[in-house]
Amino acid sequence: MAVEPGHVEPAHAPPEPNHARRFGAIWIVASLIATPLVVLLVGPIMPPGNGSEQASGHVTDNTVLIGMATPVLLLVLIYLIYSTIYFRQPKGGALEGPAIRGNARIQTTWIVITSLLVLSLAAYGTVRLLEDGAGSGAGPNPVAVPSGAKLPVQVIAQEWAFTYRYPTYGGVETTHLVLPVNQMVELHVTSLDVIHSFWAYQLGVKADANPNTDNIVFVRPTKRESVQIRCAELCGLWHGYMFDTGHIVSPAAFGVWIAEQQKRFASGAKYLPKYATKYIPEPLRRGE
Amino acid sequence: MSVLAKKLLGIAVGVVIVGVLIGLYIATWATSFPQSVAAISTRKVAGFSGTQLTLQTVASIGPKYSPSHPDWVSYLVLDHGKWVHSTVFSVPANSLVHVTVYQFDGDSGLRNPFLSQVQGTTTGTVTIDGKPTRGIDPEEASHTFAVPQLGLFIPLPGVPEEAKNQCEFAPCTTSEAHRTITFAFRTGKKGRYRWQCFVPCAAGWIFGQGGPMQTLGYMDGFLNVV
Repeated sequence: MAVEPGHVEPAHAPPEPNHARRFGAIWIVASLIATPLVVLLVGPIMPPGNGSEQASGHVTDNTVLIGMATPVLLLVLIYLIYSTIYFRQPKGGALEGPAIRGNARIQTTWIVITSLLVLSLAAYGTVRLLEDGAGSGAGPNPVAVPSGAKLPVQVIAQEWAFTYRYPTYGGVETTHLVLPVNQMVELHVTSLDVIHSFWAYQLGVKADANPNTDNIVFVRPTKRESVQIRCAELCGLWHGYMFDTGHIVSPAAFGVWIAEQQKRFASGAKYLPKYATKYIPEPLRRGE
Repeated sequence: MSVLAKKLLGIAVGVVIVGVLIGLYIATWATSFPQSVAAISTRKVAGFSGTQLTLQTVASIGPKYSPSHPDWVSYLVLDHGKWVHSTVFSVPANSLVHVTVYQFDGDSGLRNPFLSQVQGTTTGTVTIDGKPTRGIDPEEASHTFAVPQLGLFIPLPGVPEEAKNQCEFAPCTTSEAHRTITFAFRTGKKGRYRWQCFVPCAAGWIFGQGGPMQTLGYMDGFLNVV
């Protein structure tokens, strides 16, 4: 640290403590105490809960992020408090501090540590995405496809409601989403008009619903519960009302429900288009 | 006060006035609703419990009801014998609501054929021109009356193109070509429920979804369950 020429230390000034060492010690001790506490106490209540394997993965990811962010937050907070206490302006006059002209060691350390943090998080995120897509829309050709049997369900967005088709049950379409628990589900998200976004909060699923596009999401629900479904893309006048409540039920209850739907909508089945991963709906008579 | 100070004061006052006017405009727009029209008790008109809501759908609302958008498609509601341009209706909670829709518009077709199936009525059917049905051909749909939160989806068939004496603009009368759709549904708890048409019926707009489909008071509104 360079000192301005002409700067004169006050006479009989007490010896300056090693602030860097003292500050570092405080920060390390605080981080060692706070980080495990945050991870153990806050981690379990991180969103979106444990409604699916993918949602549980989000909880883990959020816990990792908050665990890594805690020392950084403490660094800033402790430095602020430490500076306020030890480097405050003394009473009785303005004292010009020594000019700081740069510190290569601190700057290098800062760049290296923050780069490592960001790159490690990028690597972590990539690995998590490659496992099963992490509940996000992976497009029509997902790189990561979970093994085993999957229940295909199509999510059809339109202004302003979601409807659902079950291709393995005759392509029956419904106004509510019902899924069996502990079954890997392959959601095919698409739209009939503008861009929407299918967001099933408790399942940790969020996927863009684009017209003429098949956006695939994998999710395995693990808890029997109701699921909040919302559109997460501003899509017009009633975007705020484009919500629904889905249900995760036992496989037996799902079987009963889907049979009821097939029976209920049997008379209208002839009007439905053949199941496809995307639709270019007709007519457009008035809009043309 | 110096000239500079006067200029700054003038600018400040001007900015405040413009800000207040913009705020008032936005507040007025955000809180403006069509008047709410209450369904009438059917005890008075039919001798059985519940309320009656009578609606009509027209291809053009006309200059009388909407001078700024006379060619927009719209719903109207019957209020004490007069057709009113409103799409905010009030019905009692936990009650039976009888609805009659006089449909004067031609067909457009549904973008999602599934929504041509009747859902949410007390009988699982609607009566179209006196005949009960569970659904219609989606190509023949002119509009829908749907309250997704209540699970109510009613397809409304269009008037055939070749029909004579077509209504030009509102208010239309039953002496003109029309379809009559009747159904009943039960309301649940109190609340404000959005209803809408699912047919892309806004002529001239992209995908038929602009204008009257995106403006409260034409092809969508609220069902106030009180």
